[in-house]
Order: sequence, then structure tokens, then C-alpha cells
Amino acid sequence: MDTFLGLYNYWIYVGLLVVGLYAVLLKGNYIKRMIGLGIFQAAVFLLFISMDKVDGGTGPIFSIAQDATTIFANPLPQVLILTAIVVSIAVTALGLSLAIRIKEEYGSIEESDTLRADRDE
Amino acid sequence: MSFLFFFTLSFVLISAVLAVHARDLFVSTIWLSVFSLMMATNFFILDAADVAITEAAVGAGVSTVLFLSALALTGEKESGKRVYRLLPSAALFTLAVVLIIVSLEHPRLGDPSAPVHQHIAPWYLSETPVLIDIPNVVTAVLASFRGYDTLGETLVVFTAGIGVLSVLGFRPKRKAVVTAAQVSRRTVRIRDHLILRVVGKLLIPVIMLFALVVQFHGEYSPGGGFSAGALFASAVMLYGILEGADRSIKAMPQLIMLRLAALGASIYIFVGIFGILLGSNFLDYSVFSSNPVAGQQLGILLIEFGVGLTVASVLVMVFNAFAGRDTY
Repeated sequence: MDTFLGLYNYWIYVGLLVVGLYAVLLKGNYIKRMIGLGIFQAAVFLLFISMDKVDGGTGPIFSIAQDATTIFANPLPQVLILTAIVVSIAVTALGLSLAIRIKEEYGSIEESDTLRADRDE
Repeated sequence: MSFLFFFTLSFVLISAVLAVHARDLFVSTIWLSVFSLMMATNFFILDAADVAITEAAVGAGVSTVLFLSALALTGEKESGKRVYRLLPSAALFTLAVVLIIVSLEHPRLGDPSAPVHQHIAPWYLSETPVLIDIPNVVTAVLASFRGYDTLGETLVVFTAGIGVLSVLGFRPKRKAVVTAAQVSRRTVRIRDHLILRVVGKLLIPVIMLFALVVQFHGEYSPGGGFSAGALFASAVMLYGILEGADRSIKAMPQLIMLRLAALGASIYIFVGIFGILLGSNFLDYSVFSSNPVAGQQLGILLIEFGVGLTVASVLVMVFNAFAGRDTY
């Protein structure tokens, strides 16, 4: 039971990774793919943030209530993911703008339609 | 691990599956928003308050608005033609099995003897009060110890903003003049809902004030330039949703947003170069003042301001480019 609870966050991470990749690889709709990419990125965020937790610890912010025995979480994964979240929204914005242009050029955001249009040219 | 954490973790996976499964992309987007909010809760439970505040502002707020304004242009229905491709499915299954087998070797959640807690993190925690003397270690690492990384991320955000503008065009496409008959046939917009407009507008100054607190109090409490920029942008987006994108573009013109984004990134770079001019290294702030600790604090305040400016103006720019596309 202890093993199960101690590893559960990793299994959720694996599940999110697979669900996100599934949408990216096997869905034909470009917006759906961006949603999948967002889930995929969030899976990586969860993996990193899982690493920072220390039992009995608190967030890495000093306060007057602390004493010598206070344990702090690891700040480094938090820094990496904090910046990664903002980069992920930048990636999403760029992907969505491409989807909008594809819609305007092809009249569809389905991969099957755009492939057919390219073949017919 | 508490029961609450077990529940929020499970719910994250469920909402992700529902977001991918829903045929209606509007439903998908809302599930993605729920997913981000639950993810932010998870981050908070895992003692990462800075990350939680950013994920809530960016994932549940800004990202949802961007998806919805993109959907308004591309249509909400997925054709649902299933692509059965054996190879990707098999690869996904193998990946899941391999990762789960590997996970059995991972240190358990919260294990203090995990390798990640042994090397550099204790140094950051013990040296931050000595070298920088601000309470929030995350801000100290972000802005000072690993300032190079953050400079790179800021430039990535700036580049993405330029990328969106170059794909969608700098000026919104001007459609033919809308006739009065077409206007009356249009569905009711949010601008016509008096209660939503009044209540929503009351929220805008509060959100902006909160963004300023997160920006300038980020050294003492969770927050900083990234989350403050996203919060500020979400206030402008709320204005754009309530009043129509044409008015938000008028209030925040694209050209000015582009210049502010460039200004933010330049502030960061010039603070770095200033360190060289004063005879130290790039992005070393301790020479800014006769007291090295005060110099560090000044440097962090300046570059966090640069980051916040860039993030806010890029996100506003992207929203204007998306939402302004069909209003002209």
C-alpha cells in the first residue's frame, strides 16, 4: 500500500503522457492535437514537481515562523517548471495561430482534408 | 499522501481523458481548463506555490481564452474520423509499460534521501539568505542563480509572440463593411449583457492590482514576473471579452504591445550588460550597489519587471491577434 501511494503520482504522469501523445499522434484535428500537446507538457510538469516534495516539508519560502528544524521543498524543479509553463503557452499560441491560417487556406482543420487538398493540387 | 491529493491526482487524469475524448472541441477546451485548475491544486499540495499560481493563471485562464478565440475562427466540431494506425498505438502501449516498470525504481514521493535533494538544492537553500537575502528561494534561483535560463525563456516567449504576428499578420484582416442587416442578424454578444458587463468590469482593476502585487511582492511571497505577466494579460483579455476585441485593440494597440515586449526583453539584457560594464560578469547584480546583497535585490527587481512586461505584452498581443481577426 505504501508503494502504491508513493508511486501513484508517477503512474498518473505516465497516464497523462500517453493520453497526450495519443491525441498528438492519432487525432486528425489540429486543435485536438494542440490540446494533446498541452496535456503532454503538463505530464512533464507533474513529473518534475513530484521530485521537489520532501515529507514534512513546506514551500521554499523563508518565514519568521521557521526554526532550524524546518524542512523546505527543493526549489530547483520549481524554477524549471515555472518558466516552462509560460513557454508552453507560447507554444500553444503559435500552434493555434497555425491552425487558424490552415483553416483560412484549406477551409478545414482536419488532417485528412488538408492531405487530400494537397494531393489534388 | 493525503486523500485529497489522491483525489486531485486521479481527477487530473480523468479530465485529461475527457478532454481528448470529447468530440465537441468547446467541451474539450473546458475540460482542459478544469485539468489545468486541478493540476494547479496538485502543484500547491506538492509545496510548489509559485508554480501553482502560474499554472492557474496561464493554464486555466489565458490558455482557455486563446483556445476559445481560436475555436471561434476554426469551428468547434471534430470530424471524428478515427485514424487507426497500428504502429503509433503499439508504440504508445510500449511506452506506458516501460515507464511504469521504470517507475518502480523511482524514489517514493517525499523521500528525503532521493538523489535530487542531495546535490545543489541544499546549497541554494543555505546560500540564499547569505548572498541575496530574500525569503522566496524560487525567485532567487530564477532571477539570480539561474538568470541565464530565465533570459532564454523570456526570449522564447518574445520569439513566439513575433511568430504569431508573422503567421497571422500584423494588422487584423479587414473584412467587407458590415451592413446594418448583418449586425441585427448577429447573435447577442457579451457586450449586450448589462449585468455581465458591469460585474466583469469591476473585476478588471482588482485583477490588475493583484498582478502588481504578484509582480513586486514576488521576492517575499509566491509570484514573480511570469505569473504577474499572465495575470495582467488575463485582465486585458477580460476587457476584450466583455467589450469586444476591437476595443481591446484600441486600448492596447498591437504596435505598442510589440514595442513593450521588446522593451521588457531589452531591460533584461541591458541589466546583464550593465554588470559587465561595472567590471563583473554578465547578469551578476552584486556590483550594482556598494552592498552586494542590495545589488542582487535591485537586479532581481529589474529583471522581474522586464520578464513581466514581456510576458504580459506578448500574451495581450496574441489575444488581440486571435480575437481581432473576425471582428473587423
